[in-house]
Amino acid sequence: MLFGYEWDTSHGELAFAISILPMLLRGLVVTIQASLLGFFVAMVLGLLLAVLKSAPSRLVSWPAAFVTEFIRDTPLLVQLFFLYYVLPDYGIVLPAFLTGALALGIQYSAYTSEVYRAGIDAVERGQHEAAKALDLPPRRTFTHVVLPQAVPRVIPALGNYLVSIMKDVPVLSVVTVLEMLNVAKIIGDQTFNYLVPLSMVGGLYLIMTLVASALVRYLDVRLPKRGIPLR
Amino acid sequence: MSEPIIVFDKVAKAYGNFVVIDQLDFKVERGEKVTIIGPSGSGKSTVLRILMTLEKISDGVVYVGGEPLWHEKKNGGLAPAGEAHLRKMRSQLGMVFQQFNLFPHMTVLRNLTEAPRVVLGLSAADAKARAEELLELVGLTEHAHKFPNQLSGGQQQRVGIARALAMRPKVMLFDEPTSALDPELVGEVLTVIRRLASEHDLTMLMVTHEMRFAREISDRVCFFDKGRIREEGTPEEIFGNPKEERTRQFLSAVLDGA
Repeated sequence: MLFGYEWDTSHGELAFAISILPMLLRGLVVTIQASLLGFFVAMVLGLLLAVLKSAPSRLVSWPAAFVTEFIRDTPLLVQLFFLYYVLPDYGIVLPAFLTGALALGIQYSAYTSEVYRAGIDAVERGQHEAAKALDLPPRRTFTHVVLPQAVPRVIPALGNYLVSIMKDVPVLSVVTVLEMLNVAKIIGDQTFNYLVPLSMVGGLYLIMTLVASALVRYLDVRLPKRGIPLR
Repeated sequence: MSEPIIVFDKVAKAYGNFVVIDQLDFKVERGEKVTIIGPSGSGKSTVLRILMTLEKISDGVVYVGGEPLWHEKKNGGLAPAGEAHLRKMRSQLGMVFQQFNLFPHMTVLRNLTEAPRVVLGLSAADAKARAEELLELVGLTEHAHKFPNQLSGGQQQRVGIARALAMRPKVMLFDEPTSALDPELVGEVLTVIRRLASEHDLTMLMVTHEMRFAREISDRVCFFDKGRIREEGTPEEIFGNPKEERTRQFLSAVLDGA
């Protein structure tokens, strides 16, 4: 029994599969929640890192570049263990789910920051020159000229990271998060049938990532090509 | 005559060993319409880009309205200018770019109101009124709510001119304003510039390859070669009776090609 549902082990594989589907779907919901929260953190933190990395002062840009490199070159699992087991020693106790989503977000912010930076660098020099000729302050230029043009161009690339994050969520099972793979493993442990739950996890993953990819493609088509319109 | 609005005093600009502007002395009087012609790579555009503070100088002093542009007076001497000084100086100049450089994600109206509102602190209504006046001047009133990519190149450049004018500059810099345009769209842009040239207060400095147009609107034409002024004079002198062999060569090459 899991989440109040009973598994049916006595009427064949199909009945078993149907009986455990609600449990796996509960796990799937957790997986999606962790993915979305992690993706949100990666989008926001990545943008922040990108901005810091392109700061004119090296006092700002170098530490930001170092942090990015450090995050990117250490395994997600190490970061996750660190957040989960070390932070409580310093009085910061977060629930497992939150810790996991945060670790995903931090890991992926290193990647998204590079994507943002590519987008920011791709805004033509003429745009900066026009803004300067009009005497627009640098900050206003960044927020109202550069970013509205940079962000739409990188959304497809960012979206691909959403799919990657989804596939990394099972790592969170090591800190007891009941995401879909963890649920399947518990079912297997209890019923000695691993084939059915794990196959179903694979199938559900495929559906989820296909939907996410389609969503990203749809966004790409619908996005304004010339930047976020400012009326 | 009052003091010139623009003065280049022995100005040099070099990238490493490559000299773009070579010990240039150059003056523009208030209200004067000056055209710079010359072969590509002669430093014509660099003169404008230095004035718009897009390009630093390597040596010498540039004055705009009697004040040094790239320097600040400090303890009786001249020190490199800080951002605040550059911003103050920049407000006297407006620039029209070869590639228009309109903000593609803003409507025509927003392109014209953004800087007046943010930089000059105009209210939304005042900025809009000013923008509409300028759109009328460049003949684009009905296009105010379109985005730049919905306009032809000629229309975009007219927006570019209006956008620069919205800041009420004393000096307008035109950097090959018609070079990126299809031939049949050049006329409409020149018509707008011609209209501006009839305003006596506005100082205009233009780099162009439109020789006939330069002859028509300029008070003075400067022929640039290798980072210096090789020859300057009234349009009649330069086009009618150039003294320098190099000027004659250039003009015959350009005019034959046309």
